Amino acid sequence: MFQSLTDRFDGILNRLRGKGRLTEDDISEATREIRLALLEADVHLNVVQGFIERTRERCLSADVSESLTPGQQVVKIVNEELTEILGGESFQVTYSSKSPTVVLMAGLQGSGKTTSSAKLARWFKSQGRNPLLVAADLQRPAAVDQLQTLAKQIDVPVFTAPEGALEAARDGLFEAKQTGRDVLIVDTAGRLTVDNALMDEIAGISDAVEPDYTFLVVDAMTGQDAVNTAEVFHATLELDAVILTKLDGDARGGAALSVKEVVGRPVAFASTGEKLQDFDQFHPDRMAERILGMGDVLTLIEKAEEVFEQEAAEAATQRLLEGTFTLDDFVDQLRQVRQMGDLSSIVSMMPGVPKEVKDADVDEREIDRVEAIVLSMTPEERINPDVVDGSRRARIAKGSGTTPTQVSNLLKQFKEMRKAMKGLAGLGSKSKGRKSKTKKGKKGKKNSTRGGNSRVQPKETAKIPKLDIDDLDLTLPGR
Amino acid sequence: MNTPLLIVIFVLLMFALALLPWAHRSWSEREGRVGLKQSPPNHDEGLSRPDLEKLESSDDSLHSEVQDQQSASGTELLRTRISKARDLVSNRLKDIRGDSVDLQIWEKIEELLILADVGVHTTMEIVTRLRTTVEEQGVSEGTMVLDQLKSQMLSELSGNRALRTVAPKGRVPIWLFVGVNGVGKTTSIGKVSRRYTDEGLKVLLAAGDTFRAAAAEQLEQWAAASDAELVRGSEGADPSSVIYDASEAASAREVDLVLADTAGRLHNKVNLMEELAKVRRVADREPGEVCEVLLVIDATTGQNGLSQAREFADAVNVTGVVLTKLDGSAKGGIVFAIEKELGLPVKLVGLGEGDRDLVDFDPDLFVEALFGNE
Repeated sequence: MFQSLTDRFDGILNRLRGKGRLTEDDISEATREIRLALLEADVHLNVVQGFIERTRERCLSADVSESLTPGQQVVKIVNEELTEILGGESFQVTYSSKSPTVVLMAGLQGSGKTTSSAKLARWFKSQGRNPLLVAADLQRPAAVDQLQTLAKQIDVPVFTAPEGALEAARDGLFEAKQTGRDVLIVDTAGRLTVDNALMDEIAGISDAVEPDYTFLVVDAMTGQDAVNTAEVFHATLELDAVILTKLDGDARGGAALSVKEVVGRPVAFASTGEKLQDFDQFHPDRMAERILGMGDVLTLIEKAEEVFEQEAAEAATQRLLEGTFTLDDFVDQLRQVRQMGDLSSIVSMMPGVPKEVKDADVDEREIDRVEAIVLSMTPEERINPDVVDGSRRARIAKGSGTTPTQVSNLLKQFKEMRKAMKGLAGLGSKSKGRKSKTKKGKKGKKNSTRGGNSRVQPKETAKIPKLDIDDLDLTLPGR
Repeated sequence: MNTPLLIVIFVLLMFALALLPWAHRSWSEREGRVGLKQSPPNHDEGLSRPDLEKLESSDDSLHSEVQDQQSASGTELLRTRISKARDLVSNRLKDIRGDSVDLQIWEKIEELLILADVGVHTTMEIVTRLRTTVEEQGVSEGTMVLDQLKSQMLSELSGNRALRTVAPKGRVPIWLFVGVNGVGKTTSIGKVSRRYTDEGLKVLLAAGDTFRAAAAEQLEQWAAASDAELVRGSEGADPSSVIYDASEAASAREVDLVLADTAGRLHNKVNLMEELAKVRRVADREPGEVCEVLLVIDATTGQNGLSQAREFADAVNVTGVVLTKLDGSAKGGIVFAIEKELGLPVKLVGLGEGDRDLVDFDPDLFVEALFGNE
């Protein structure tokens, strides 16, 4: 998500970064483009206007700080404003002292309430709670069945009452108290904000169960209407936070920004996939950084986790660091990376990747070729590429439909890479922390949680992605 | 792209990725322990109040209006339902009407279109063209500018909206419903089914959404409600086979039209889009013939709708768009961009939860509703 917003901000801010002094015209030009970028991302018009005004004012009146160039200052201001809009800190759920903690789900049709209810139940379970789901969506055909099916997968009971939504919710609360469930999640029917009868109904449910949290479920693909929806729901129900769904699409999710700005409620959770575990707390700061082109390492990690088999990856990394990484491992990893999806989108999530690399059109056939070359080698050659001589090279080229030059290029790259990685591994332990604040924070914590036992490797290696990516534009070896 | 650079990037990528799981684990551990405090929300409450009151009061009057018109025919239905949405922008409109033609009027028109989700790019194009015409013709009143705008937009909504329900002899016509999650595919099928059973056709629904929990049950209820037959597979079954079974069953039972549901999928999921392409290929085999591939788009969708339409059109050769949930406050302006840029005509419009709340798309009313006429 936020993909093209990122691109736009990148371009706009890069132009400013280079400048020693900013004129009022520069700022106007930049804010105009930021305006367009935000509108294209479906941020609400009024929100965009407010954002632009504030940013502009701050840019014009900013005290010139000694340590920052004016360009950097603008980046800083935009970053701060963006984080502010997105909600600053992460939302934290606290539990009611009087059990159960009641959560009410509301939203338009098709925003993903039922799925989110089940996902939320799973999340509460993972926090050591005992949730009860209430199916109070009696409008849509088979909505109750859907919730029951999902709940079965996570082993959470579902309560429902055929008489009506209000009865289901009320009796569900009673049921939760009876059976000692400490979290109650009430899934309601989707409703349009212009439908007063249904809005009254949900207000009635809210009065009956007195929720500790009322979550509005918002589809990340929503356009300008997100604000109307949020406003009306907020007026009816007093929202506590928003759950943003379908974030795994390529929508830019400006709705998230708008809702936070207009009703003042943060995004608490985000849903990023079809599986029930694709759901987690939302971190506004990560998003702001990503929008500004600072990469989104954490999301990348999450993606990687889906694809990589932990143990195999660990073993491969170990070998890479020891310099015993083979071409087999190489191809193996290559395949897994490709499974993660579109290469350019993966690259775009990495921080510090130069623009040229990001924009480069990656020809997937190039990678097929690399794979073909490796597969044309004997096992021995794959383990020790040094044995490849002229005739072997010719054989490999023939086998893979490439030229001997391509083969030797690959081998040369591979060897250099292997050497460089080994060098980096040594470097990692005494690495200088020169990344942004948040990343430093992570590193620090990581070290303290992992402790200094025999598993030194992970600790060090965790730093390496940042290092090596920085090194990318300096061409790897010899660093 | 040169090979060395590519390879270096790759290796770095792989390497980084291989390590990430650890990094993440430690990160989650950290998060689990360090609780962040929730900041008290105190943000901009004032900002939205006046708008909100306006919104609510207009809702009340409109609601009763709708109640009175329960028996309205399709067109009237469209008119009354859409009228809710248009009050939200009527203030901006009044401004424009009262205006003389100056710089501000263009900005206001731009804002109006953007608020209707027409999109920045399309909006710019529309306004640029409009400006040229207006300046050539020497129009000087806001009202006339608006009229010109409407007729210009109408001229760009000229696609062929006919729906094909007849296949060559011996083949069963199949309609595929595709779209992202939660746009209303299943509901739209139920309504289309009602419409054609009302016309006396024998309709069969194919529960090709084998992924989402209880999707088949939902369709089953629609089948019962609309007097249609149903073919379903088990949950997790191959959707292509379910739809093929449906087409064979339809052929055997002399069904006139098969409406095939598919699981909602995000258009950027390559595998799922390939699965859908396969569904279409298989459905097109004898005895079936795919006559319509309808992309269902939710009226609340923003700029992403364009990207949805592009990807689905690429994968399954979409023949038309169904615009759902137009009875809310959203205007569905994105379909204008879709029709203009991709040439995909909107064919049907969903206006509510009732089984007859589906009407043919009427460009006049749609454009009218984008701006309203107070």
